[in-house]
This record gives sequence, structure tokens and C-alpha cells, in this order.
Amino acid sequence: MRFRPRSALLSVLCLLLTGVTAAAAVAKPQIWRVGNGVEPEDLDPQAVSGVGEQKVIMGLFEGLLTEDPHDLHPVPGVAEAWEVSADGLVYTFHLRANARWSDGTPLTAADFVASYQRMLTPKFAAEYSYLLWFVVGAEEFNAGRLTDFTQTGFKAVDARTLQVTLNHPTPYLLKIIASHIAWDVVPTRVIAKFGPLDRKQTGWTRAGNLVGNGPFVLKEWLPNQKIVLARNPNYWDAATVKLDGIEFYPTEDIATEERMFRTGQLDKTNELPVAKIDTYRKDYPDALHIEPWLGLYFYRCNVTRPPLTDKRVRQALALAIDRESLIKNVVRGDEQPAYAVSYPGTAGYTPTARLTGDLAKARQLLADAGYPGGRGCPAIELLYNTSQNHRAVAEAIQAMWRKNLGVEVSLVNQEWRVYLDTQHKTHDFQLERSGWIADYLDPHVFLEIWTTGNGNNDTLWSNAAYDRLGQSALAAKDDTERYALYQQMDAILVDECPVIPIYYYTRVYAMSPKVKGYWPTLLDNHPYKYIWLEN
Amino acid sequence: MLRFIARRFLEAIPVIFVIITMTFFMQRFVPGGPFTAEKSVPPEIQRNLDAYYHLNDPLWKQYTDYLWDLCPKAFHPGALRHGFDLKAAFGIDLRPSFKYANRTVNEIIADKLPVSLELGGLALGVALILGLTAGILAAIRKNSWLDYLCSSVSMTGLCVPTFVLGPLAVLAFAIHFHWFSASGWYTWQDRVLPALVLGIAYAAPIARLTRGGMLEVLSQDYIRTARAKGASETRVILRHALRGGLLPVVSFLGPASAGVLTGSFVIETIFQIPGLGREFVNSAFNRDYMLVLGTVTLYAVFIIFFNLAVDVLQVWLNPKLQFE
Repeated sequence: MRFRPRSALLSVLCLLLTGVTAAAAVAKPQIWRVGNGVEPEDLDPQAVSGVGEQKVIMGLFEGLLTEDPHDLHPVPGVAEAWEVSADGLVYTFHLRANARWSDGTPLTAADFVASYQRMLTPKFAAEYSYLLWFVVGAEEFNAGRLTDFTQTGFKAVDARTLQVTLNHPTPYLLKIIASHIAWDVVPTRVIAKFGPLDRKQTGWTRAGNLVGNGPFVLKEWLPNQKIVLARNPNYWDAATVKLDGIEFYPTEDIATEERMFRTGQLDKTNELPVAKIDTYRKDYPDALHIEPWLGLYFYRCNVTRPPLTDKRVRQALALAIDRESLIKNVVRGDEQPAYAVSYPGTAGYTPTARLTGDLAKARQLLADAGYPGGRGCPAIELLYNTSQNHRAVAEAIQAMWRKNLGVEVSLVNQEWRVYLDTQHKTHDFQLERSGWIADYLDPHVFLEIWTTGNGNNDTLWSNAAYDRLGQSALAAKDDTERYALYQQMDAILVDECPVIPIYYYTRVYAMSPKVKGYWPTLLDNHPYKYIWLEN
Repeated sequence: MLRFIARRFLEAIPVIFVIITMTFFMQRFVPGGPFTAEKSVPPEIQRNLDAYYHLNDPLWKQYTDYLWDLCPKAFHPGALRHGFDLKAAFGIDLRPSFKYANRTVNEIIADKLPVSLELGGLALGVALILGLTAGILAAIRKNSWLDYLCSSVSMTGLCVPTFVLGPLAVLAFAIHFHWFSASGWYTWQDRVLPALVLGIAYAAPIARLTRGGMLEVLSQDYIRTARAKGASETRVILRHALRGGLLPVVSFLGPASAGVLTGSFVIETIFQIPGLGREFVNSAFNRDYMLVLGTVTLYAVFIIFFNLAVDVLQVWLNPKLQFE
């Protein structure tokens, strides 16, 4: 055999190269690149209200409690333990000794009290401050009726003990604390360096300025381009954090976002265009994700406008929708048909009451209301916000009502904020498309809305029995008793039909199969510290 | 000429004032506000928000306060070297944005305008090179296959909107050939596709206008005179005909440049470019009153400036016109 120096050299080179690439693969930083939908308005947990902001903030800040990555039940965050008094009014949180800010300074109970004071300061005008109103004096302080914050129920007993006293028992409070950024802690000491605590535009949330306490820190923020997070070495649970960084991309156009995913610029999209679902099913089944999401798509009735004043008409309309066909042919995201208001399986609660009855019953109800075969039924207008998807749903349902009941419904659309004004302020509609996405994982979220005077009711429907049940539920001694009361509330909603449930949402997105430690959850929250990328 | 420019400059002030006033009041009569959200907030919190942004002041007071903030109160143009900061340079305060809680309208414009200027400048370059070449070639080879080719290509360019051409370009060059990224604004490669797509959209009308303008000029007596005197064809086209033939293009370029340099909503959205065009359109949807005012005013200033530039250029190109 002849010695061939050329090939020997080549094989040495090859060996070297593989060695180099292997080393590169090991050393390659774990950067998770995600589509975020919107450009965050800000990264101050107390100054924002949207989901896109919350997604980034969840990497930068951590509250007293945080979420389990599988089912989002509250698990220790900054607080390593907590007790609730027997009457359900006093919550005592024990902060962990190694809780620190990202600049290394210790995190104390006083930081939490100062944060909540800032959140509730009227001049600061936080939009989500009402999530703190369960606490004694919080609402009064926020409305300016109380000026001494020490009179409220927030108390730093010592550096590591925080005590919170409530107005009335709030059985779902721990779930709010775990899931909502309104209860996060902010570094008031740092914020004060950039301007008054009660101002929003001080620039403390810019890269280089922002100090947080979450698993990641803010490394770079290029507006409308990307937000880069890097690992926070001072995080108490830094050993669990697997990613070296996260890059959030503001992807306002979902078609662009999908193309970014296909060129490998993103590991996960925020959404996926409905038109792409079938292609992904066929070509990239590993990347397609369709997961249940704690949200309801429904039509809201204004019960003061005939013929919707008659509950039989509302029931007939609710029964005459073929939800399965609508989902299969129009919405097409594997949504779950909704026959009740509450989401089945919310923290162990599934409504037993449901809309039941066939088309014959629907026609009978309409005839009983005085409109046999739809004859004599006053004109009904259905309002939706301008969007192709909502129009498609509205047109399908319009056709179903025409065919099944003989009822003519006309469609009207308004631009988003005009439509919201109509919904909240003028109530100048008969039927209105709506959606409701839960902020925390408890059946309370879908039921509290319909109580009398709730700012999001907007149906002008009011039911004394329903309101009483809602009050009793808050005082219930345990979840079994509470959920039993919720069953009665759901039964009233199904019977009265102030809202017509249509389907429960799903999240449809594309994600690279190399993303691990990511589980589908009902709120679409995914604690980032458990996520990692497989090489 | 200086008198002409000075007069036009003074005329611009009342025009801008009227635009600001109309924008200020018109947007307030649109239903919905900057804090209209799907989840409504309790009235106490709504009051806090209104107080924070002075939305509970009488409208006339909000208007006069805004005008006062807008008045130039300083003159340090040197500060512009460190960034496009109108407040540092001229004391013009465009107020905080309602939507982006930690940014002022000054900062948003300072951040985004250079991106839009760069994209728009590149696109205009592409448009002029392609458009003028195609237009001139079509005119001098009138009714030849070259003319038909140029005309039909530019007609297609006119008909295919950027929101079709953009995604097609991404599909071909980013997803299929992997030459460029699908979106972003980080490297010079990221500039190629958006500048081309936007440039082609403007090249089409430029080509058609150039062809028309050139054809008209080429049939004039002075061109025949030039040819009779033995001038070469190149000299006739470039030296004698082009100057007059460009007049319609120049009129078109005024408002077009203002539009393309202040940002293109469609291109910026398709390619995820952090430019001003997106802010301009989205601010209206967001009822971000201050950002709407800031971007509208800026756009108005650009239009006025480019129209003035066009007028000056036209007098220079066309000896028949005079400054008056």
C-alpha cells in the first residue's frame, strides 16, 4: 500500500475540523429566540398591561410565588414558605435568605411594601393596580381617599417576613400572585435614581439601567428589533436556569414571523397563520403546536335591546349554532366547542351545566317568545371588530341562524378602539363578538365578570341570585365548597344566556423540536428557567 | 432666489400650524382613547390615568400647552451631531408617547427616522437608477422591442403592490436560496431586499414619467437644431434632452421622497424594520395622540421641504421658469 500524503493531510484536517465543530457545539451558548407578537410598551411590571410585555417581564422579575412549569400551580418564588390564617385574611410570606437583586443587593420584605406602595400611588396611575385591591386600604389609597400607606394591609414584619391583610377571604389570591406581574417586586431604590417614583418615563427600564430579580437580566433592547436577555448569576435558583439567554422579537406581522421561523431566525413563533396549519400538519408536524388556552370566544347580548330582552330568544340563538362545524370549517385551530361559560378543567373545576337541546328546541323557544319561524322578530345587529377572522365566524353564524331559526341578523364592524368604546361606554349594540383570556388559573376569572356592576360585564344583565352566589363563593371554606357554588353560577349563565359561548381558544404556533423543558399550559405561561435547547 | 426661499419658508409656518391644529382636534373626536382596553379598568384607575397624562384638562388647555411645548425655545443645531434630538437642539418637546411608557416622541423619532431615511435613500437610489435607465431607453428606442419590454416591466411594477412583491422576494431569496435573512435590520445584507422591493415600486412610475417627458422633449425644435449642428446622439440625449425630459419626474419626486424617506408602513412591517412608517400608522390605531401629532407634523415638514426643493430644481432645469 502506498502512502498518500495528500489524503493523510486531508484526514488530519478533517479530524481537526470535527474536533473544532464538536467543541463549538459544546460551547455554543443556549440562546432561545422567540416571536413576541408586539413591541413591549415598557418593561416596568407596574406600568404595562399587555401579554407581550408580560412575556418579557416574566424573565426579568419574580414575585413572591412563581408557577410550576407543568400545570402552573403556585410554587415558591422569592417566598420560600407562606401561611394563611384560619379566617383566610392574613397571609404571611417568608422570604428566602438568598433572594437578591440582579445587582447583588439583598431583596427584603421592605422592597415588596415599597413596590406595592408605588403601584397603588394614584399619581403613578398603574392600570392593573386593582389586582391589589383585595388588601386592606389598597383601594382607598389608590383612589386617593387614604394617604398614609402604613394604614394599608401591607406590612414588613422584618427583613424576611411580609404580612398581607385582606378585606375579605380571596381563595384564588395565591394563584394571582404566582401568575400575574402586578404582584412582582420592583427595585424602588434603583428607580428613584432615575426620577420620581410616581413617574413612568424615567428610563430605568432601559438596558444597563434595569435591575430585576428574575432568572434573566436585560442585556440589550433595540426597539422594534429585539430584546436580549442574559442569565442572571445573582438569581437564587441560578443552578436550575439552563438557557444562556433569550431573544424576544417583536413580530407584529404573523406571516413575516412564520417566514422567520422557516429561515431559522426563530425557535418559536408567537402565532401561526390559520392558512398555514394544514401545510405544517403535512410538512412540519414536529413543529406544529396546537394547545388549549384559557380563553372563551363568545357573543355578548345587550339584554336591554329587544328581542334579546327575552331569555328564550337568547337561548334559541345559543342552541342554533353548530359549533363543531364552525370550528372544523371556519376557525380551524382545533378549538374546543363551548357549551358553558367556564372553561372545563380550570384548576380542577369543570362546569356540569351546559347548553342542551336540539334545533327543534331552539325553534320552540323562539316560537314561545312570539316569533315562530323567526316571523315578527325585530332586526338584530351583530357587532364585531374589523378583522377577517371575526367576519368569517360572524358570517357562518349568521347563515346558521337564518337557516335554523329564520332569524335575520345583520353584521356591523368597527375599528378596534371604536368597538371597545361601544362595548364599554355607549353599549350601543345588540349582539357583540367578544373574547376573554384569563389572567390567572382559577374558575373565578370567567364568573366574576357577569356580576352586577362589573366593569367588564357590558351586557347590562343583572341577577341578584348570581351576585349572592359570587359573594358566598369568596367566603367558602375550601375549594370543594367554592366550586359547588360556581356550579350554580354556571347553571344560571347557561339558563339566562347573557352571553352565548362559542368556543374555547387554542394557541397555535410553530416551535422547533429542539426546544425542551417546555410544556403546554392553560395560560400559555412557560417559566423560562426550565427551558433548554437540544443540540 | 433667497427671497423666494425665505418667503416660502414663512408661508410654511401657518400651514404647519393648521395641520397641527386639525390633527390635534380631529383625533380627539374619534371614539376610543389611548387607554381603551379590552379589559376595562375601574373608574378610580381611569381617573388616575387621565390625570397622569393631563387628559382631564379642558381640551383648549391641552391644545395650548401642547403648542407651547412645540415652540422652539433654543437654537443649538450643533447638538444634532450627537443624534436627532429636537429637544436638545431646538427645545421642541413632542411629549411622551402614551403607548410606549418609557419613551418620548422625540426619542422615537430620533431612533426611527434615521432608519427610514436610510431605507428610503437606498430605495430612491434604486428607483432612480432603474427608472431613469428604463425610461430613457424606452424613449430613444420608441416602439421597438426594448420600449415594449421597459414599458411592460414598469407597468407590471406599477400593478404589483409591495405587499405581494415583498413576501415573494423573501420566499425566493431568503427561504429558497438562503442569501438573505427573512427580516431584520442588522447587517448590510438586511438592507438589500427591502431597498430593492421599495425601489422597484418607485422605479415603475419614474420610468413611465421619464419616457413621456423624454418623448415630448425629443420632438422639440431645439433637439432638431442640436442634431442639425452635428451633435452626437449621446450628447443630444444627455446634454440637451434629459434636462427638460426630467421635469415631470422631478415634480413626482418631491412628494414621493417625503413619503419614502419618512418610512413605508408595508415594507417595514414585512421586513421587521424599526422605521418610522410603522409608528406613523400604528400610532393612529393606538390613539397615541402625541405620537400621531409628532409624526404627522414631521411628515408635513418633509413634504413642504421637498416641494420647495422641487420648485427650486424646476427653475434650474427649465429656463422658461423664473423665481417670482
